[in-house]
Amino acid sequence: MSSTPASRAAVRRPKYYDLSLAHLPPPGLVSIFHRVSGLLLFFPVLPLLLWFLQSTLASEEGFHRFAGFYAHPIVKLVLLAFVWAYAHHFFAGIRYLFLDMHMGVAKQPARTSAVAVLVLGVLTTIAVGVCIW
Amino acid sequence: MVKQYTKNPVGAHYGTRGFLIQRFTAVIMAVYTVVALVVVIGHRPAGYADYKALFAGGFGLFTLLFLAALLYHAWIGVRDVLMDYVKPLGVRIGLQAIVATLLVFYLIWAAALFWGRWA
Repeated sequence: MSSTPASRAAVRRPKYYDLSLAHLPPPGLVSIFHRVSGLLLFFPVLPLLLWFLQSTLASEEGFHRFAGFYAHPIVKLVLLAFVWAYAHHFFAGIRYLFLDMHMGVAKQPARTSAVAVLVLGVLTTIAVGVCIW
Repeated sequence: MVKQYTKNPVGAHYGTRGFLIQRFTAVIMAVYTVVALVVVIGHRPAGYADYKALFAGGFGLFTLLFLAALLYHAWIGVRDVLMDYVKPLGVRIGLQAIVATLLVFYLIWAAALFWGRWA
């Protein structure tokens, strides 16, 4: 086999893009969700948070307007999506801090902690959902 | 033939500072999250006056610190994502400029909201 890089590149190989998340192991899921939740927190959660603080702190009318807005079930559902993003990013971030200190790096503990992060993110969302409904 | 290494790192510890700031700001935000939960659940602000008073003391200052940490953390995070997925240099720099401008704007906004609130 003495093919040059050029001739090797010319060979047409079948392409198979399997992007299904279900094939990722738990640490991989935690990783990609950390990224997705981080982006969600940058946009739209961050500007919405600032807008919320501004409106509610500026005047009593603003405060009550938000209280009324918050009563809508769709607003609560969207809020829960943001809660999941924050909770997942929070727990996954803490897991990464421990991994950075070389704690729980071996395969089995890393898997266990990844599952714990995924479960805690969902459980927090459910708990907040129960509280606000 | 080995493919030429084309990345252009600047200096021996390129990226270390960002990595560390990402962790420090994360710790500030994690602590704030716990404190904020305790404060809000502990006080259960009943109305506007209660709610406003919540940010009057050290918690208002901590909130501003949290927001500043969040903005720096977001800069490094979004920059990393853009570096990973957006390959054309012009587009990447353009997007980074938009993100940086937004974040500076948010910082001014956060400061305007909370500056002096603790006094």
